[in-house]
Amino acid sequence: MGHEPVKFYQVGSFAVGNRLLDRDERTVQSDSGRSNSLTSGHRACQGCGEALGARYALDAAMRAAAGRLVAANATGCLEVFSTPYPETSWQIPWLHSLFGNAPAVATGMAAALKAKGRTDVRVVAQAGDGGTVDIGFGALSGMFERNDDVLFICYDNEAYMNTGVQRSGATPPAARTATTEAIGDEPGNVFGQGKNVPMLAVAHEIPYVATASVAELHDLERKVERAMGLRGARYIHILVPCPLGWQAASCDTVRLARLAAETGLFPLFEAEHGRVVDVRPIRKRVPVEDYLRPQGRYKHLFGEHGRPDLVAAIQEIADGNIERFGLLAEAVEAGAR
Amino acid sequence: MSQQLIQGNEACARGALAAGCSFFAGYPISPSSEIAELLARELPPRGSVFIQMEDEIASMGAVLGASLGGRRAMTATSGPGFTLMQEHLGYASLAEIPCVVIDVMRGGPSTGLPTSPAQGDVMQARWGSHGDRATIALAPGSVQEVYSLTIEAFRLAETLRTPVAVLYDEVIGHMREGVELREPTPDELGRRTSPRTAFSPTFLPYAPDENGVAMVPDFGRGYRFHVTGLMHDERGYPTSDNAKVAELLERLERKLEPAVAAVPPERYRLDDASVVLIAYGIVARTARAAVDVLRREGIRAGLLRTRLLWPLPAAALTEVSRSAELVVVAEMNRGQWALEVERLAGDTTVLSPYLKAGGSVITAEELAGHVRRLTREGVAVS
Repeated sequence: MGHEPVKFYQVGSFAVGNRLLDRDERTVQSDSGRSNSLTSGHRACQGCGEALGARYALDAAMRAAAGRLVAANATGCLEVFSTPYPETSWQIPWLHSLFGNAPAVATGMAAALKAKGRTDVRVVAQAGDGGTVDIGFGALSGMFERNDDVLFICYDNEAYMNTGVQRSGATPPAARTATTEAIGDEPGNVFGQGKNVPMLAVAHEIPYVATASVAELHDLERKVERAMGLRGARYIHILVPCPLGWQAASCDTVRLARLAAETGLFPLFEAEHGRVVDVRPIRKRVPVEDYLRPQGRYKHLFGEHGRPDLVAAIQEIADGNIERFGLLAEAVEAGAR
Repeated sequence: MSQQLIQGNEACARGALAAGCSFFAGYPISPSSEIAELLARELPPRGSVFIQMEDEIASMGAVLGASLGGRRAMTATSGPGFTLMQEHLGYASLAEIPCVVIDVMRGGPSTGLPTSPAQGDVMQARWGSHGDRATIALAPGSVQEVYSLTIEAFRLAETLRTPVAVLYDEVIGHMREGVELREPTPDELGRRTSPRTAFSPTFLPYAPDENGVAMVPDFGRGYRFHVTGLMHDERGYPTSDNAKVAELLERLERKLEPAVAAVPPERYRLDDASVVLIAYGIVARTARAAVDVLRREGIRAGLLRTRLLWPLPAAALTEVSRSAELVVVAEMNRGQWALEVERLAGDTTVLSPYLKAGGSVITAEELAGHVRRLTREGVAVS
């Protein structure tokens, strides 16, 4: 090696520092030849985490597929903001299936391409959390069970944002939504409910499962590339903060995504064939309060009539994740996972 | 009593609460979500249940379970969700499970026009489930009527043991009007049939009462019985006896007949009308304005506004369509109810429906212009 390898975050900032890297180590996004799969001009809200996540994920998938990629997309924000003319933004062949059926439609697409001998054309299916964990879960489980050759990406903004912020099976405890108002003894979404679809995917023992975040874009691209290097059913679950539904500043999207991981509330891990094989360690552990406070959906937990007991209960969830996945850097280095 | 300025969807939720609805299961979908949102706030403090389910199939399933458990149960949705509920609706009709389904209609088919009004689910309400299913569908034409017909939907569902659909379009769902939230009387609430004898080995849960309605007990009242989606006899057990199956299907259709008298149409300037407009829902309002415009021009127009889509108010439709020279069914679809009127109208009546399925409401001027053109062509004597 002719030079000292550059370490990220060496000056204490979280700057990505692409230009300091060798060309082949740089992100897909820094490549002027990137495909711009989801190009500019769409009508996502300012600070939309989903638009950012989809752009990175699909450009990485496009590069991995050598430009031969088709996408099935469930009903949801991503479908709505990216399609009406003239804000149409997809630069890849793209299909709006319906709400609950993207995994099944993608299964058919992959099977047809295989039957025609066109296995060079790869298939991704994508949906929001509602389309994945609620209405689409039956079809997704079927896709996993058959090990169909599809990469399914869930962009999780933790509620039905497109229809006006109603809860989903991915809405976290205590979060206010239009159907879990911050009223009564248990304000916001109920504790003890909700579905951990990444772990459900792991339980299907499919070739590859990963969680990713729009705060860790190198990591996100790497996971998409890893998934595209495999065949069979693959699943990536990306946390995408939503300024509208989380009632947060649009400039805080990436910061909130990072805090979700750094608190332990959203563990970043990879699993292959039913086993967790890697985790992304927490660099600087922060209390959940730092993550909850900037979000209006948790406003009822703070202030004069706040609920420190519920904040403590959320902290317990984060601590449980940290222990379960061995997310602290020391634990990861010691191989204590 | 004072009026409140509320939205159609809120009026629906208020009507449901007034009707004693104590169970709602649903799934978010435009343009109906406000109903779920309001009931999510209002039901739990009353000791009632709001559940957000994982999709519309599960929503409808939960409603049926809750109804059999003795609750007044409902869900609310729009076209795509109504499509997913169809299998359960067929089951509810056959197993005689009372329930109310609100369908706030948007443009279809498929995802269609999620935030635009339409009246395209009229035939789906009638024939969406497989098999010969008789059903009730109501069509309120104002925010006030959304309130009162939601109450009536519960009464019909409970007393006739049947699913009842309430169909209104996105404009009525989101429009705000002054509404008098009058508490219903016990008669307006109605009571569910229940067995008149204690449980015994010879107990017949599906034996009809004098009105042809089965007397199925609620679960938990000490009766042991079967509920099934198979054709069944009066014991509730599956049967393939041809005569019994035919009798069951006939009874399930016949028992709904009281709905026709219970929800009569509104007649507007019909007495001497040679041109009859027939409309429901939001279109009936613009049609009423069109009648006034045409009358001022000397054209003897009138309006039959129906609030009941199914069972078909056949007698009223036959009467007005045979006495008129020109009948115009105005609806926001490609021609659904118009086909039924065509079936009933006399040979000498000219039928010229005014149909619009683009995602906006038929205006009074469009409708009046349509009639004007026809009268200029000598179709109807003014």
